[in-house]
Amino acid sequence: MKISEIKNLLDAETLCCDEELDSEVESAFCCDMMSDVLAFASSHSVLITGLLNPQVVRTAMMLDMKCIIFVCGKSPTPEIVSLARENGIVVLVTGHYMFAASGLLYNSGKLSGV
Amino acid sequence: MDPLKIHFEVDGEDFSSAGEASVEMKKKLRQLGIPADVIRRCSIAMYEGEINMVIHAHGGTADVEVYPDRIVIILEDHGPGIPDIDLAMQEGYSTANDRIHNMGFGAGMGLPNMKRYTEDMTVESTVGVGTKVTMTVKL
Ligand SMILES: Nc1ncnc2c1ncn2[C@@H]1O[C@H](COP(=O)(O)OP(=O)(O)O)[C@@H](O)[C@H]1O
Ligand SMILES: [Mg+2]
Repeated sequence: MKISEIKNLLDAETLCCDEELDSEVESAFCCDMMSDVLAFASSHSVLITGLLNPQVVRTAMMLDMKCIIFVCGKSPTPEIVSLARENGIVVLVTGHYMFAASGLLYNSGKLSGV
Repeated sequence: MDPLKIHFEVDGEDFSSAGEASVEMKKKLRQLGIPADVIRRCSIAMYEGEINMVIHAHGGTADVEVYPDRIVIILEDHGPGIPDIDLAMQEGYSTANDRIHNMGFGAGMGLPNMKRYTEDMTVESTVGVGTKVTMTVKL
């Protein structure tokens, strides 16, 4: 699934790396516990989270993730966005809560959960 | 053969920079052409260990040694030490406070994750002196 399709499905706003919106992703993982992301998420997944701090971006980097989706309309700080931008990670913000955002993506049938 | 050695200072005062050494290590390993799966396991183990040094031990040092057949990561700090290592190794055990939870850590999965993703891990710790974690990932 293209990141641009995710953006449309979630009515999301792109905060950085628009040029990567055509990239393909195959799986997603939603969590606020970064240790669980490290333990269970597969590499290259999309990360869906409500947690706002630079460690979210570094966690995503450890797993070569290409896209982070912040839910509940939470705006990440400029520090978070610039760290993501430097590392080519698309940052999306959606007004949907985590359950709804995840459900919409799951229902698309185009992303796996592992 | 002498290993290639990479040294990192891990700042314990600045929470927002926690993880920078792991990011650097990952970049270096990629430059060296280390296989992706090995980089992934080293990155996860080092990141959890680095976060532990920041949140539990006021920072420390990380030394990464690259041998032809393995990567060894040594994390050393002069923090409070771990009174009961077996207990600390249990999934879910944590002494973390809310400040740490707000960072997305403190679920007590760090040390178990480090063990899970490395072939060998030893924890040496003395209360009041510090902690040394040595991890080996085979190439
Ligand atoms: N470097 C360290 N120095 C002192 N205590 C530590 C260190 N690393 C881990 N610990 C102790 O071990 C516990 C378990 O660690 P860990 O599994 O990483 O979980 P968490 O960091 O989420 O609490 C910590 O809560 C802390 O009490
Ligand atoms: Mg930990």
